[in-house]
Amino acid sequence: MQETRIVLRNVGKYNPASVGEFRALGGYSGLQKALSLDPAAIIEEVKASGLRGRGGAAFPTGTKWSFVYGTAADQKYIVCNADEGEPATNKDRVIMAGDPHSLIEGMAIAGYAVGASEGYIYLRFEYPYIMPVLESAINDARNAGFLGKHIFGSDFSFDIKVVSGGGAYVCGEETALLESIEGKRGEPRYKPPYPGVSGLYGKPTVINNVETLVNVPVIINNGAAWYRSFGVEDCSGTKVFTLSGNLVNRGVYEFPKGVNLRDLIFEVGGGCPNGRKLLGVQTGGGSGSIINGDMLDISMDVESCEAAGATFGAGDIMVFDDSNDVLEIVENLMEFFAHESCGKCTPCREGNYRLLQLIRKIRKGSGTMADLDTLQELSETMMDCSLCGLGQASPTPVVSTLKNFRNVYLEAIERGRN
Amino acid sequence: MQNQCSASSVDSTQIAAIAARYKNESDQLMRILFDVQKIASNAIPRDVAAVVSGVTGIPEANIYSFITFYAMFSTKPRGKYVVRMCKSAPCHVVGAAEVAAAIGDFLGIAPGQTTSDGLFTLEFCECIGLCDTSPAIMVNDSVYTDLTPQSAVDLMQAYQRGGVK
Repeated sequence: MQETRIVLRNVGKYNPASVGEFRALGGYSGLQKALSLDPAAIIEEVKASGLRGRGGAAFPTGTKWSFVYGTAADQKYIVCNADEGEPATNKDRVIMAGDPHSLIEGMAIAGYAVGASEGYIYLRFEYPYIMPVLESAINDARNAGFLGKHIFGSDFSFDIKVVSGGGAYVCGEETALLESIEGKRGEPRYKPPYPGVSGLYGKPTVINNVETLVNVPVIINNGAAWYRSFGVEDCSGTKVFTLSGNLVNRGVYEFPKGVNLRDLIFEVGGGCPNGRKLLGVQTGGGSGSIINGDMLDISMDVESCEAAGATFGAGDIMVFDDSNDVLEIVENLMEFFAHESCGKCTPCREGNYRLLQLIRKIRKGSGTMADLDTLQELSETMMDCSLCGLGQASPTPVVSTLKNFRNVYLEAIERGRN
Repeated sequence: MQNQCSASSVDSTQIAAIAARYKNESDQLMRILFDVQKIASNAIPRDVAAVVSGVTGIPEANIYSFITFYAMFSTKPRGKYVVRMCKSAPCHVVGAAEVAAAIGDFLGIAPGQTTSDGLFTLEFCECIGLCDTSPAIMVNDSVYTDLTPQSAVDLMQAYQRGGVK
């Protein structure tokens, strides 16, 4: 299967330490073109392209920008969420390491569109080797006149700082990320107000994922209609998928949205190694649905995934073979969430811990049928009542396996009775 | 020795100098503390936090609150090399537990402990974003991928010999 490389268009094609090589590939021409356009026209073009956030929430990017555009303020910010912490996701690492300048270009266009002069890249702690790549690319861009004052001789000025995360998954949540930049504990804020109105330091702020921003320069250059020619009706463009777990060809691959999950796993990923059989797939990262081997014919776009009981998320496909124990994987995931819950709200702080306890109890053979009802009810409570996406999504591995691997739970309970 | 932080045997003037570089820039607190931690036995004990607090004006309590929130800080001194072993699902399903056990056995310590020579501290950590090349670990700022129990032990030996920069 041939990849369609829009986001990864430049990865491997230039030396990230050479802004000249990037320029020779057409780099910064999207920014140059944007600066000749009216900011409102740029936002309309991004809206028309159908671009949606690639960090997992799939919110329409142009709409997000229009909130910030429409809010008057003396200072606005563009924040790039490079806190790629979802287990089974490492596509932003590949993008940033190979093409830092397209990210810078996308941020500068966003800045011009909404009227922001300052940008931040919030880079997760676990990518310290990406920090110098980004910082030197920013320096090179500044020295070449693509950042800083009067970019391309215009009145537009924009600059970017890189700040590091501290190893907290919850900081991928946008308001927790803002708190962290401000030098505080990364605990999510109550919303509203949303960051588009009151974000970093209380100012209107755009927060976009790395992959989302890297789409922007080519949308400006080639137009919304061109972009919409990729993908499916309500989910345009491509997605950079991370294939991990028990696969022959693990890695990061880009395909138009709507690609078939089974093809991704078997044709691109090469299926399970060592003659093993596929047992299940976690889609959409650690907080995504775990589906069984009978559910793989899914069109990989946001709405089709949801309808099929899978999760699109950030394009994560974690395959596990029949040497694994499904409940052990669920226990591993709940350990993750119990550890990463920030503790600010009760449903998430207590809920993840109790889910973990119940899964351990069932694995040990001490579970009862009533425990399955408790798992379901507690999960639904967390999904309804948690403050942020962490606690709203973290029960997904539990509820999806209760449905798609129910026999595994029943067998564990039965085993305990005997 | 009045410039010495007693608990950490680090020159407090060095710490003060790092903190002073970004004074009044709240968005740089993380960077200050990581830079300080690198020269202060991979930790921010209270006496070190007090120096940062004195320079930046950020109350010690806030610094404590901050460093105990983020997993990559420690309030207790750690070894020269902090070995972070990923145990998240994509590492888990391809043998991370065996790799972790081999490292622990070789170093003779459990996660959370430091070797008696002060060289290694072993920690479990959550996903480090090397899911397509797992099992993976970090040693300070360096990453190692596609590990087997044997290659992980070889790596620890190389660190012991000082053969890894």
